[in-house]
Amino acid sequence: MNENKHAAGYLARGLGTKKWFVIILALALLHVLPWTIPSHIIHMMIMIFIFTIMGQGWNVLGGYVGQFSFGHALFFGIGAYTSTLLFLHLGLSPWFGIIIACMASIAVGLFVGLLSFRYGLSGPFFALIMLAFAEIFHITFITWKAVGGSLGLLIQSSGNAPLLMQFTDKIPFYYISLWFMAAALYVVWRFEKSRTGLYFMAVREDKDAAEALGINTFKSQMIAMAISAGMTAIGGTIYAQYLLYIDPDITFGAINSVEIMIRPIIGGPGTVLGPLLGSVVLTPLSEFTREVFQAYSGVYLMIYGIVLVAVIMFLPEGIIGFANRMFEKFRTR
Amino acid sequence: MNIYYILQSLIDGLLIGGVYSLVAIGLTLIFGVMRIVNFAHGALMMLGMYTTYWAFNLLHIDPYLSILICVPVLFIIGAAFQKFLITPILDAPEHNQLLLTLGVSLFLENLAVFLWSPNYRVTRTSYEFAYLYIGDLSISLQRVLAFLTAMVVTGIVYFLLSKTDLGKAIRAASEEPRGALLMGINVRRIYWITFGIGAACAGVAGSATAPFFPVYPTVGGIFVITAFMVVVLGGMGSVLGAFAGGLIIGLADAVGGMIFPGAMKSIISFILFILILLFKPTGLFGSKN
Repeated sequence: MNENKHAAGYLARGLGTKKWFVIILALALLHVLPWTIPSHIIHMMIMIFIFTIMGQGWNVLGGYVGQFSFGHALFFGIGAYTSTLLFLHLGLSPWFGIIIACMASIAVGLFVGLLSFRYGLSGPFFALIMLAFAEIFHITFITWKAVGGSLGLLIQSSGNAPLLMQFTDKIPFYYISLWFMAAALYVVWRFEKSRTGLYFMAVREDKDAAEALGINTFKSQMIAMAISAGMTAIGGTIYAQYLLYIDPDITFGAINSVEIMIRPIIGGPGTVLGPLLGSVVLTPLSEFTREVFQAYSGVYLMIYGIVLVAVIMFLPEGIIGFANRMFEKFRTR
Repeated sequence: MNIYYILQSLIDGLLIGGVYSLVAIGLTLIFGVMRIVNFAHGALMMLGMYTTYWAFNLLHIDPYLSILICVPVLFIIGAAFQKFLITPILDAPEHNQLLLTLGVSLFLENLAVFLWSPNYRVTRTSYEFAYLYIGDLSISLQRVLAFLTAMVVTGIVYFLLSKTDLGKAIRAASEEPRGALLMGINVRRIYWITFGIGAACAGVAGSATAPFFPVYPTVGGIFVITAFMVVVLGGMGSVLGAFAGGLIIGLADAVGGMIFPGAMKSIISFILFILILLFKPTGLFGSKN
């Protein structure tokens, strides 16, 4: 990881003054793009953006603080269910729902964090605790009839209602998810250079040494957990509004935890652009194979398995780490 | 609820607990020696179940005899897994190994979906409905056989670890890999042998349960979560702990099933799991941190 950080700094310096120009150009292009591509590609872009938001959420905890969660579907589900239930029962607009969903998710995240980090759980133990919490919610929502049970919840369509985050067209969702994604990337980018961000990485590299230097490791982990839970929940709310339907399996299901974590891991954990890159690679892959092998819905997961094994074995720093190394080699030559 | 019902549940719980023990022993062995939490363990058990299913349906081999096929097959798969995938990344951070086993598990489970469809399959033996009667209690013969199989294999593994040279080498590699290496033990070889044994345990557990449990690609998930619980309860890396833990969880399951209906029961197991992880991460029998 150390080398990776060094290389990332190298890349940033390499971009230098052109950095802002590149970012603005990319954003401008992304704003024009939906008017030039067919509807199913827009759908794919929306999926890329939404999963980048959630992947970035996972990345804050997994990539920066080094606590690998195997149960981020927990926050995804809380985000989706909170805003949906508030809308269905109280008529509250998902624009407010998303804030409350965020806070609910943070509350649950802090509870899980309080339990785990106080006892110094890490590595596989923490991964399993997260998995267990996600499964508890999964089973509870399947059996709890008042929140839809296993049938899930259908959000009545109100036509084109921007105030209720409902649209008859895909393009508004494209922009909403793009802006939220840009915000998530910006937050983590700023955060990476902040004092707390540096604390995070110190905790990841060596928890005891960080503690010895006076860093409150428990507090760092709790802050990371809060950001992570909130960010993932935002993705959940947007996802629910986009599909207008949620059930326990597509939200709290274990496979969703994999969907969320695999993107930053493949893109490059502990980097700002890692979740985006992973999402750009994997989302089309899964959408494409799902279309081609409709009868065998598991094929894309098989490919995930192969990609995950290959990346862990050959590119342990993800695609970004690999690209940076190549970049460095090129520069020093 | 009468006394017979309670006794009946407890006996059933104890019998299935034996199978939990067997799954958990494989898991704990792999953890104890290589410090790897094997997420693919459930997938390996699933492969064992399918091996038995196909041996029975295509070759008409009795499920309990097919263990003799299952053990070498799973040993080879497990050993290859360790040798070609895990050994190259032994020095990587521990979460990489965790993710690797997750990747393998995703691959195997969905390969099974691809090859054999997600449908439930049932192995129908001639003694499917055979019961042993003790007073008013009736005990399924298949479950008794599964329990006995689990006990025998546990005994063999324990004997292997405590009495043979290979067992000594495995324990040495687990306690002090560098020291073992200096004493001329080929630690990497020990690693793949250990993983093979662990996988074979999962395979035997699959064979033993296939006659009375539906076979489908994600079936391992049910057992492996329980097995994780058993392993943590028994102390990560402790074979006897896993054995006792399996029986305890089996009984706890039975009690939970009597008090809480249906899905609530599994919630109780998860809460129990979290509590064990929080308050006794070294387990009931574990001493090392």
